[in-house]
Amino acid sequence: MKNPIENLNKIFDSRIRLGIMSALMVNASINFNDLKQLINVTDGNLASHIKALEESGYIKVQKGFIGRKTNTLYSATKSGEKAFRAHLDALEKMIKNIE
Amino acid sequence: MNESEKLSSDLHDIKQMMERSSRFISLSGLSGISAGVCALIGATVSADIIERNKRAVHNLKASLADADSILYGDFLHSRLFQVAMLTFIAALVTAFIFTYQRSKKTNTPIWGTTAKRLIINVTVPVITGGIFLLALINNGVFGFIAPGCLIFYGLGMLNASKYTLPETRYLAFGEILLGLINLCFMGYGLYFWAAGFGLLHIIYGTFMWWKYERN
Repeated sequence: MKNPIENLNKIFDSRIRLGIMSALMVNASINFNDLKQLINVTDGNLASHIKALEESGYIKVQKGFIGRKTNTLYSATKSGEKAFRAHLDALEKMIKNIE
Repeated sequence: MNESEKLSSDLHDIKQMMERSSRFISLSGLSGISAGVCALIGATVSADIIERNKRAVHNLKASLADADSILYGDFLHSRLFQVAMLTFIAALVTAFIFTYQRSKKTNTPIWGTTAKRLIINVTVPVITGGIFLLALINNGVFGFIAPGCLIFYGLGMLNASKYTLPETRYLAFGEILLGLINLCFMGYGLYFWAAGFGLLHIIYGTFMWWKYERN
């Protein structure tokens, strides 16, 4: 029997990563603080999930400054968008199968 | 939680995050109601002023023929303009208070990227309209104030509807429509103005409150 889970992307198997990707799908870019507020997590927690997504090439990081403060912007890469869409499709299919 | 419930809640979370991160969702229905009430009070006070100064207004109208007898400053400093400004400020402040309360309740920050985007998108058409109307007033064309307010505000709302609760779109259509109809009924501007900024806001606000905030 075909395993229905195989289409789900392991990298998105976390609430926080799902949150990050969802937010980046509908915004050109978001900075660290806005992401933190949106997802409601600690700095360290968010940073580690961002790192994981960045390493898999799903998001890109752009470091900048506003005055003297660092302003780091995150945005989804093309492959990130593609992977996330595939993940959504897989989620949808699984729900349909179960029902 | 079984598997299907977990998947559904995942999808729900994703949808919610997309909404939350791209739209300003704290806009309270009560803000609409309060702005509408301010508008109705403002319109009633203005109607009263006009009634009491009918002769003066009549003269004002009569002198439109020789436009230079009405000075821009006369209108700016007139009671009507003061009432209009006061109404605008009261509507803005009360609307802000209710939306602020709602943002506290839903635990979403009131000031952020989404709020900024919303404000830019609503102010550009509205300020443009405001300047345009001041220019009309400057040229003595008072009849276009009410329909102009309605139309430009409606366009501002329509623009804003992409960055806040999507139902604002219908409020926008209502305002634009009233403004356009008003163009065929010159001289009844205050009634249309009261209907658009008063009644429509109250209806919209009540609907939104009923839909999202009842509990």
